[in-house]
Amino acid sequence: MRDVAIIGIGMTKWGELWEKSLRDVFVESALLAVEESGVDKIDSMYIGSMSSGIFVGQEHIASLLADYMGVNPIPATRVESACASGGIALRQAFIEVASGMSDVVLAGGVEKMTDVDGYQATYALGTASDQEYEGYHGITFPGLYALIARAHMEKYGTTREQLAMVAVKNHHNGSLNPLAQFPFEVTVEAVLNSVMVADPLRILDCSPITDGAAAVVVCPAEMARTLGKPVIKITGSGHATDAIALSSRKDITWLEAVYQSGKKAFDMAGKSPKDIDIIEVHDCFTIAEICVLEALGFFEKGKGGQAVERGQTSMDGDIPVNPSGGLKSKGHPVGATGIAQIVEAVKQLRGEAEKRQVKDARIAMTQNMGGSGGSSVVHILERE
Amino acid sequence: MPTPSRYWREIPQRYRLEANACKSCGIKFFPPRQICPECGNKELEPDKLAEKGKILTYTVIRVPPHQFVDQAPFAVGIVELEDGVKLTGQIVDCDFEDLKIGKEVKIEFRKISQEGESGILCYGYKFVPV
Repeated sequence: MRDVAIIGIGMTKWGELWEKSLRDVFVESALLAVEESGVDKIDSMYIGSMSSGIFVGQEHIASLLADYMGVNPIPATRVESACASGGIALRQAFIEVASGMSDVVLAGGVEKMTDVDGYQATYALGTASDQEYEGYHGITFPGLYALIARAHMEKYGTTREQLAMVAVKNHHNGSLNPLAQFPFEVTVEAVLNSVMVADPLRILDCSPITDGAAAVVVCPAEMARTLGKPVIKITGSGHATDAIALSSRKDITWLEAVYQSGKKAFDMAGKSPKDIDIIEVHDCFTIAEICVLEALGFFEKGKGGQAVERGQTSMDGDIPVNPSGGLKSKGHPVGATGIAQIVEAVKQLRGEAEKRQVKDARIAMTQNMGGSGGSSVVHILERE
Repeated sequence: MPTPSRYWREIPQRYRLEANACKSCGIKFFPPRQICPECGNKELEPDKLAEKGKILTYTVIRVPPHQFVDQAPFAVGIVELEDGVKLTGQIVDCDFEDLKIGKEVKIEFRKISQEGESGILCYGYKFVPV
């Protein structure tokens, strides 16, 4: 297997982008990534998109987007694993370059979510749950994470305030990110007084509906070393699945796919949580960040809430979590989220993260989750 | 949005709580499976769900999917039945303040939703406090 490096990143401002179509928003970011990488051609591309069929009535988007990038006839493949689609697109690009099948591969992600109304968006997101045995009974995605939150609070004593502190921290970080959808601070009081969506989760516990895309270009590390830029290698990649129905899991508070994908990535890179300088995790809901950090081994089972409260996950804490603002503040165009996490990790490792730069960051981790934990993909990036 | 074929296909589970169990390790599955994920055994025998259990976790849905707008707010929970099977469904006939983890419930057959004036009436199981 060849060593693989990331040589280009591209992402533009996320938000409710009524003036831009799915193809506009993707091509804009993808061209930025290609331009930044300095290559004159790409050999293939992978695109993470959860539900372009429901959101804009368009399937077959890999070929469409290759066309509008002007790169036909290269192979282009759409990857779908609900909200983990982007992270898995990167993993496919990594595997293709590592195997020697291709040299320069683009991995992107896109979701155009605001062309439909709130009900249709709720429905589209709900398709990541077990439609016959969860969705049928009227449960929503915030509802599924509310079930996890309630169980976590009961079992471990996690408090409502600790959940709110995840949102406060991520909004603080996001306030320093010019590409974030909601780049402003919120207070614990604001979270606790926001509209209830699914008890105990309130609107400010939830990531938003977002239009956006992100893209990266990967190539063999040997080739990256000739480009005269910092070489950011992908040293670990792990992907795992679990039952998508929460009720089919042994422990509702434990994300086994996150644990398994993290273990694979740590083993591949020869690293452990103490080696990681910054991490971007899938905080689609505040409780998710807490459960993910426990499953990855950064904190003991049940201690994730306390860690947030003690500031261990803040920018100046033991392990800065979601310096980009996370899904909460940066936005969550579902298929693009996994790639945007990589974009932030690369910026941090290159020292290009401006006001939210974590000092001397050399090893970064990303964790991207599908549904309520039915899939998870983890990457470890290192600056050479 | 169930089509008639999709709705009809799920009737054994939704109306009659038909499950199956692994002949080797005895674990019960709902919905029925073709292979036991615990031991890999492909021999499973028909079984039926227990009809009583305890609430493992719950929430109150206040921002509902479209076809549940008339019902919101409503409670949904995961219940662990007496036979060890865990199941997601609505918890009804109960004030939200009285919902509690560990509360005993039984399964009842109820209407779940309906598709407008002339669409399918969707039935199935709901949980009712004992």
